[in-house]
Amino acid sequence: MNLQPQQPATPLVQPDKTHQILEYKHTRPLISCCWDSKSRYVFFGAEDNIIHRYEVASKNVVPLQAHDSWVRAMGVTPDGETVLTAGYDGRLVTWDMKDVSKAKRVVDAHIGWARALAISPDGKQVATCGNDQFVKLWDIAEGRLIREFSGHQSHVYYVAFTADGKQLLSCDLKGHLKLWSIEEPDRKTDVVKAEALTKYDTTFRADIGGARSMATNADGSILAMAGITNVSNAFAGVGEVAVVLVDWQKSKITQTLESKDKTRGTAWGVAYHPDGFWLAVTAGSGGWLYFWKGDIAHEFFKLKLKSDGRGMSLSPDNRQVAVAHADNHLRLYDMNA
Amino acid sequence: MKCDYACESMEHTVGRRAFLSSLMAGSLAGSLGVAAGLGGAMLGQSAVASQFKAGNKRVLNIFLHGGVSQLESWDPKPNTDTGGPFRAIPTTVPGMHICELLPHTAKQMHHLSLIRSLDTKNGDHGRGHVEMTTGRKQMPGTDYPHLGAVSAKLLSPENFSLPGHILIRGAGSSNHKAAYLGPKYSSVTMEDGQPPQFTKRPESLTSQADLARNALRERMNDRFAGKRRTADTDAYAYSYEQALDLLAQRDVFDTSKESTKDQERYGQSEFGRHCLLARRLLEHNVPFVQVNHSNYDTHHENFDFHIEQLGEFDLPFATLISDLAERGLLQDTLVCVMSEFGRTPKINSRYGRDHWGTAWSVLLGGCGIQPGAIIGKTNDNGTQVVDRVVDHGHVFHTILQAVKVDSTGEFTIGSRKFPIADPAKEPIKELLA
Repeated sequence: MNLQPQQPATPLVQPDKTHQILEYKHTRPLISCCWDSKSRYVFFGAEDNIIHRYEVASKNVVPLQAHDSWVRAMGVTPDGETVLTAGYDGRLVTWDMKDVSKAKRVVDAHIGWARALAISPDGKQVATCGNDQFVKLWDIAEGRLIREFSGHQSHVYYVAFTADGKQLLSCDLKGHLKLWSIEEPDRKTDVVKAEALTKYDTTFRADIGGARSMATNADGSILAMAGITNVSNAFAGVGEVAVVLVDWQKSKITQTLESKDKTRGTAWGVAYHPDGFWLAVTAGSGGWLYFWKGDIAHEFFKLKLKSDGRGMSLSPDNRQVAVAHADNHLRLYDMNA
Repeated sequence: MKCDYACESMEHTVGRRAFLSSLMAGSLAGSLGVAAGLGGAMLGQSAVASQFKAGNKRVLNIFLHGGVSQLESWDPKPNTDTGGPFRAIPTTVPGMHICELLPHTAKQMHHLSLIRSLDTKNGDHGRGHVEMTTGRKQMPGTDYPHLGAVSAKLLSPENFSLPGHILIRGAGSSNHKAAYLGPKYSSVTMEDGQPPQFTKRPESLTSQADLARNALRERMNDRFAGKRRTADTDAYAYSYEQALDLLAQRDVFDTSKESTKDQERYGQSEFGRHCLLARRLLEHNVPFVQVNHSNYDTHHENFDFHIEQLGEFDLPFATLISDLAERGLLQDTLVCVMSEFGRTPKINSRYGRDHWGTAWSVLLGGCGIQPGAIIGKTNDNGTQVVDRVVDHGHVFHTILQAVKVDSTGEFTIGSRKFPIADPAKEPIKELLA
């Protein structure tokens, strides 16, 4: 399969020109970030139980407080009206963009950590997943649980909608990627096991792995799962960054993207750029932005960052990247000169 | 031997030869082969028991290898810069909160107490293990006996025919030294909960042949003793009798003899099976049992790994405490949960916590311990002890005094005297019942 769908006649960006354009220093290390759909704000989570809304133009920061633990999962509906967050307290919180001073709705969505959320293409539903091994589908307007999907046998690390919004893809700690039909909840498919992204460390007697981030390409046919591979010491984080590409309709792993120089660490964020490349942010060896063309295992460009990157979000215009850094900073990078 | 620690230090590497020789000496050693060790140990018990009048007490030590995080267990600091993502939950002791990763243990805390003020000034695995289990500062060229060896020597009932110092391990430390107490008090290891080696008659040896062989040995022994009997020959003969006793009690090590319901309650995880085995051994009056749970050396993704490891620890441990209490065993069994050290309050860039001996916690409970107590205090974000600083020496004294051993006493080995515990330290008196 061609992993580089139709590229624009004129590329939007020049990855090798990527450079930092802005940084904001917070009081605690950051763990996640997300652009809003209008490019006005970047939301970020930190090691402080609070979500922060950073307004790019004014640099004004507003706290969103309704969680009782760290928040790594967040998203904004396509219309830009609603913010959704899910945290390690298991809560799914809905916020009205016009007034984020208080939560619009708080739902106890998962027992244990809620690790990720995904908003449906029509903006009406949100899927969550967590350590209780469930994937759950919610109605955003009503906060109602529509359906829950059981079948994973370890913590569910990430969830994504397919492009048509009719199915969900979820990956767990042990690398199992499952496909769920929203209309027919009993119909589930074990897509693949991403062996590269999981390991039981027999020395330390624990599992490490899972997709720390997932994204699909332009036509939705390829799913990227970011994580850590070749782990030789789970408890010291001795492993290498990797992104596994899956043709989920064919249940086939098409490529494993790695670093040329075996960069130590974990890929915590991945995105597909309409210019036809994948980008990912990593942590574990000081932080890097990697750029891959999907048909080649090694990167065509990488950028050293000031600090480990724990989350990444591509701007709606696909020209900038926001990165949540471990050194307390939110940084924005522009991919043009 | 490969190191078991994320930091890849080598202190815990153990020579296989040393390990095996210790096991042989302490475990009746093939029962019919190397026999003098235990015989000597048993012959010495009477005098020791009368010296210390310790009674029928037991010690259970759960060792969380690698260094469990105090912030993710006994001293949570939620919503602080060091606290991590977990919340604190109430326990059955009013005002006492522990980490939400221990919901089952929280329901047993009225039997248990916490020391939240350890400052052991150490961040080294090997040294931490030695110091926590011997109660002494590690000094080059000086060996002190492990708590298990001390307990076996001082707490073993008279004519006790089972090993007095049993280590149940899947991983973690594999050889507990007895130092000057002699190898007979070294740990007998139950690898993955399996019975000690050489406690089963080889299948090639029929019961009839074994009886005949033993009868021949006894006849020859009697003949020899009639002319040249000495204390040494008596000890040698006695060790055979002890070995036979142990063979006859092999079921003590077999958890399949426990009810199906109990096996289900403890679960099929390695630690669950080992906790059930510990209960069985304690019920048979084994004076010291250590269960290792490994591993907590979480320099990377500390929080995920503590979910995994404490998730495995919590229910079996709570079940064991509940059972010991319900069966009346807890009043004579001192329970300790310790590590080499704690973990750094500072969370590193890989979501890990590193080694930290400056302000961390140990759990004690049961025999001789005031239940529901909290000793000491750390500051708001756990970076230092602000009340009642103690260390491994204080804990060691406290454990022994809780089981009615005068820890300020001395061992007399040959003509030499060795303090039982560090003379410069003392028990945490306010923790003793």
